[in-house]
This record gives sequence, C-alpha cells and structure tokens, in this order.
Amino acid sequence: MILETLDLKKYFAGKQILKGISLAIKRGEIFGIVGPDGAGKTTFIRSVLGLYRPDGGSVSLFGGAGSEYPKSRVGYVPQQFSLNADMTVWENIALFSRLYGLPEALWAARAEKLLDMVWLGDFKNRLADSLSGGMKQKLALICGVIHEPEALFLDEPTTGVDPVSRREFWQMLYRLNRAGLTVAIATPYMDEVELCTRAAFFNQGQIRLVGAPAELLALYPYKLFAVRADNLRLILRRTLDLPVRAAYLQGTRLHVALDGESGLPALEEALAAAGLGAFAITPVRPTLDDLFSFAAGLPGPAGPGIGRAADLAPAAASSGGAP
Amino acid sequence: MTRLTALIKKEFIQMRRDRITLAIMVVMPLFQVLIFGFAINTDVKHLAAAVFDQSLSRESREFIEALTATEYYDITCAASSLQEITDQLQAGGVKAGIIIPPDYAAGLKNGRGSQVQVIVDATDSIAATSAINTAQLVGESKSREILVRKLRAAGIAGLETSALDVRIRPWYNPDFITAFYMVPGLCATILTLTMILTTSLAIIRERERGTLEQLMVTPLRPYELMLGKIIPYIAMGYTQLTVLLLAAKLVFGVPFQGSVFLLYLLTGLFITASLGLGLFISNTAKTQMQGIILSFSFIMPSVLLSGFMFPREAMPTFFYYLGYLVPITFYLKIIRGIVLKGASAEQLWPQILVLCAFIAIVMSVSILRFKKRLD
Repeated sequence: MILETLDLKKYFAGKQILKGISLAIKRGEIFGIVGPDGAGKTTFIRSVLGLYRPDGGSVSLFGGAGSEYPKSRVGYVPQQFSLNADMTVWENIALFSRLYGLPEALWAARAEKLLDMVWLGDFKNRLADSLSGGMKQKLALICGVIHEPEALFLDEPTTGVDPVSRREFWQMLYRLNRAGLTVAIATPYMDEVELCTRAAFFNQGQIRLVGAPAELLALYPYKLFAVRADNLRLILRRTLDLPVRAAYLQGTRLHVALDGESGLPALEEALAAAGLGAFAITPVRPTLDDLFSFAAGLPGPAGPGIGRAADLAPAAASSGGAP
Repeated sequence: MTRLTALIKKEFIQMRRDRITLAIMVVMPLFQVLIFGFAINTDVKHLAAAVFDQSLSRESREFIEALTATEYYDITCAASSLQEITDQLQAGGVKAGIIIPPDYAAGLKNGRGSQVQVIVDATDSIAATSAINTAQLVGESKSREILVRKLRAAGIAGLETSALDVRIRPWYNPDFITAFYMVPGLCATILTLTMILTTSLAIIRERERGTLEQLMVTPLRPYELMLGKIIPYIAMGYTQLTVLLLAAKLVFGVPFQGSVFLLYLLTGLFITASLGLGLFISNTAKTQMQGIILSFSFIMPSVLLSGFMFPREAMPTFFYYLGYLVPITFYLKIIRGIVLKGASAEQLWPQILVLCAFIAIVMSVSILRFKKRLD
C-alpha cells in the first residue's frame, strides 16, 4: 500500500475542511482525487505530505506511521507553480536534482530524456517565467519526478492548461505509471477521471464515492433522459416543478433523472401541456458528470439560479476540452 | 553539503538575474556614504544671526567682529527693533539674535559692566549648543581682554597668563573632522540596513511565491535553508564593505590606523549577526509588508541607540543598556576602534564575544522556529 489515511481531519479557523477522510491508494494506481473547488482536495494532499498537520485521524505512507516519510520516495507537483520563475528550465531541474542528492551524471541524462518526452528539449535555457502555462506544468512534473519517486502527488496540474498540453501531460503520466510510478492526481475535470484507474469523489470535505470509473457508473441509480429543445431554460424551469429526481443543463441539453422508464410519459405530457415549443426526449447513458451531480446531492450545475450565465458556464466548460 | 551548495548556487543565480537590485545594493551604499559623509557635521558653523545694535559704538562693533571671526556666526541682518529680531527668529530667517543695549559702550567705560543678550533658536539643540558655547567663549575672552587693559592702565602688569593652564590634546581625530567619526559609523549603519532588510524578506518571498512549498517536500533541512539564505549575502555584505571603505579612504581620507584584515574578519561576524536577525524576522512575519515594517522598527531604534550619531554616554541608564541589545552598538566600537584608534583583537574581545553569542542565539532560534509546514 502506498497511502492509507484513516478518518483524516483538518480544521482551518474553526471550519472543518476535512471531515474524516479514509482512503487507500495501492501501488501502481493512477488515483483520481476529484471534486469541485473547496471540496478539500488540496488540504487532503497537503495533510498527507506533512505540509499541514492533521487535526485528527492518521496518515501512513509506505506503511510507516505519522507524517514522517522518506522524502526521496515521494514527488509532488503543487497547485501553484512553485519553481523559480527567474531561473531557467535546466537550472530548476538541477536545483531539485541536487536537493535530492542525485549525482550530476544521473540526473542530467534523466532530465534530457524527460524533456524530450514532453517536447521541452529546445527550451532548456529559457527562463521558467517565459514558458506557457502548459510548459510550466510539464517542467513542474519533471522536477517532481527527477529523483524517480515511487509515488507522485499532483494537485490540479492541468487546471487552466490547453487541451493539447493536457493530453501530452497525461501521456507522460501514463508512461511514468507504466514504468512503476504510483500517481495520485487531484482534478476538477470529470473527463480526467476516466483516465484514472480509480477515483474518489470529494465533496465538502468528505468522500462520496470511490471506485474504478466503470464501477462508479454502475452506481448510478436513476434512468437518465436528455431533452433537446429551443426553449431549454424555460423547459428546465418547468421540469424542476415536476416530480423528477434531478434536472440540470448539460452542455446544449437538459438532463432529467427519473426513477424509471415508467415516469417518461408523465414528463412528456407535462412538458407538452406547458406549451414551450417543440422538444425531443431520448434516453442517455449517465456519464461521470451525471454520477457526481447525483453524488454531490446537489441539484446540478444550473440548479437554483436558472438561466444565469455564471451557472451555465461550468457545465459547458466541463463537457468540452477532453484530452 | 550537496543540498547546501545547490541552494547557494540558486541564490547567486537569482541575485545575478535581478540586475537592478544588485546594482542598488552596490551603488546605494556609495551614495549614502557620500551624502551623509559630506552633509553631516555636528560642528555647526555659519549660523545666520540678526544684530540689533543700539549702541552703534566702536566697542559694540568690536564685539560683533569677535563673534563673526569665530565663523560660528554670520550676521545676515541688521535689525532696527527688538520686534524685528523676534519676527526673524519666528520665521526661521535667523537662528540667533544679538541685542546690544544703548549704554553698552558707556557701561564698559565707567566700569559698571555691560550686558549683551544673545537669543538662540534652541529648537535644534546641536546648533543651539554650538551657538551658546561660542557666544560664551567670545564674551569671556572679551571681558578678560577689557579687564587686562584696565589693570594695565591702572599700572598692574603680569596678568596676561592665566593661573591655570589646561592643555588639551584631542587624540585619534585631532582636527575634529566629523567625517572621520561619521564614515566608519555609516558603514555599520548601511550594513545593518541592507543585511537585515534583504534576509528579512528571504523566507517570506519563498513563501509568497509558493517556492517554499516545493522546497519543503525535498530532503532539505531547516538549517541548510537558513545557511543557504545567509552565505550568499555574506558575500554581498563584504562587497558593500569594500565599496564603503574605498570611499572612506579615497574620498574622505579617513586614516586607517589598524589592521584591515582584522576589520574584514570582525565585519564578517557583524554581517552574519545582522543576517541572522533578518532571518528571524523572516520566520516571524507573514507577509513582505510585515517583514519590511518589522525590519525598520528594529533598525531605526538600533541605529539611534548604537551611538552612531548621539553619544551613548548622554542616554538615560535604561536606554544606555537597551543599546547593548543590538549588534550595531558593538560593531561601532569595533570599526571605530580599528579604523581610528588602531585597536587590536585583544582590545576588542568583549565585542567579539558578544557578536558570536548574538549569532548563536539568532541562528538557533531561526532554525528552531522554521517549520517545514505551511499551516
């Protein structure tokens, strides 16, 4: 076992950020730590790595007790870019290699290989500050694995990174994973969960679901239907008054969750009676987005304040830009 | 050791990249020593004075000439009323007013004696003291001159020499050149300022930039991080010292009585103590703004209590001993001792010991206070 936490708790200014997280990550996994902003993902990773002192529960890395662990066996890519912006790509790699006590002959060869892997070979002498967001994250990844750790913790490394760079970033993670690296990655993107071997869904400081992506989808308890229409927002507003399990905008469609097929005629009838124009309802397979909307116990991204652009934006963003 | 050298290398790279800061660090001390070295003079000469001479006699003119001959007074205004003197003093046009009464000459002639009033603007106590002392000296020598003249006229001779002859030999700075005293003191002050300020931001900056988070997950130890922050700035401190000493020698002609090697050696202690103090501030403050404010609230009183400008002997007991809490007090003794008096290491051992103790305390507190944690 790489990581085992038991009932991990953390408070900040009297507010409980982690409400008892119990989680185990096995060797060789790519483990997704998924959830919306403020779910406790960063706090969890920092508490595991000893950057925060937990207020309750226990953490065990590599079977050891307490927050002490051999630093050289773990790598970390923080959420904020944490390398020296006023140093070059190579100087940053050199610094961290030396801090881990690696001999120059070893790390220099490794660095060349890693740089070529993500097409950064030509940028060795560029200041880190002048790199694009995606390149910065790739450099952070290289600095995080230059000492060849057994486990790598990444905190939202792909947030704000363009789709091409995200794909390359994930390709590199897969190559490193195949070479034996255990990966724990926090992400707000549902589509990245499908790239993980297992994932835990965090919400409000708690784990709501854990499992492989396929297993997770099997947990979805409702029948899901997609509604296409011109007056989607008005239809949504009408639907929310009906006895449905959930209704929320998902991209250009309205997703409606019912207990079963039997509820469908009643829904069609009610929408037709409302006279909001033509619409079409088709059954759809639930995605992880639908599952996590259900798991969060929330009405969905466009919940209470229907029609506000701010509410619609996240739904549109998370459905696009798949790596 | 690899980790420490890696950190030092990093600091030097970053120092080199930040050209402007680097230039400021080298050029600023030079400007400061030139400005203060030339500007600061505690021997206040050429004070603007107004004279209200109601006597308008040879005697009154003699007295005024005697005053101006000292170079301490410049008569810039001949007042025609007491009110005019008051107005001038009030407006700041003059710093002193000399009032000679109408019966001045008569009083001297008939032996009743005369009074001269010297009004001094004592808002600036240094200038006022200088003006008062000069006026008193001129008054005394004038009276003696008149007395001798009278006695001689009365047929009594042999009183030209005083009964008591106090011979004063001002050692170490016989010509009272303020720069000789100020410039070594300035070296101490400038080093305190730059050393404390730069390191006080060192850890906070890493924290604010987020780079500390990445350093914390490496095997780096707190003492290595502290040393890695200090060692590059020791080099910076020595560069500043060299610039300052060259200016002292070449521009101000400050005589170097003692061993330059010893001065460099002991300055290393002072630089380290100041850097350690900066690190302590950096471990205490949460933001760069807090760091700067904390630094200045330490630097200001320590410079004032150190004896850099105001003699410590004049301070009330409590403040005199308070001055012993800051390293610059001891370093001033060292640098002035070596530069002006040619002091040897044996003569300076109390100061050396205190600086060593100071370094040991601030460094161990800084290392112990530093936690490899973010919360």
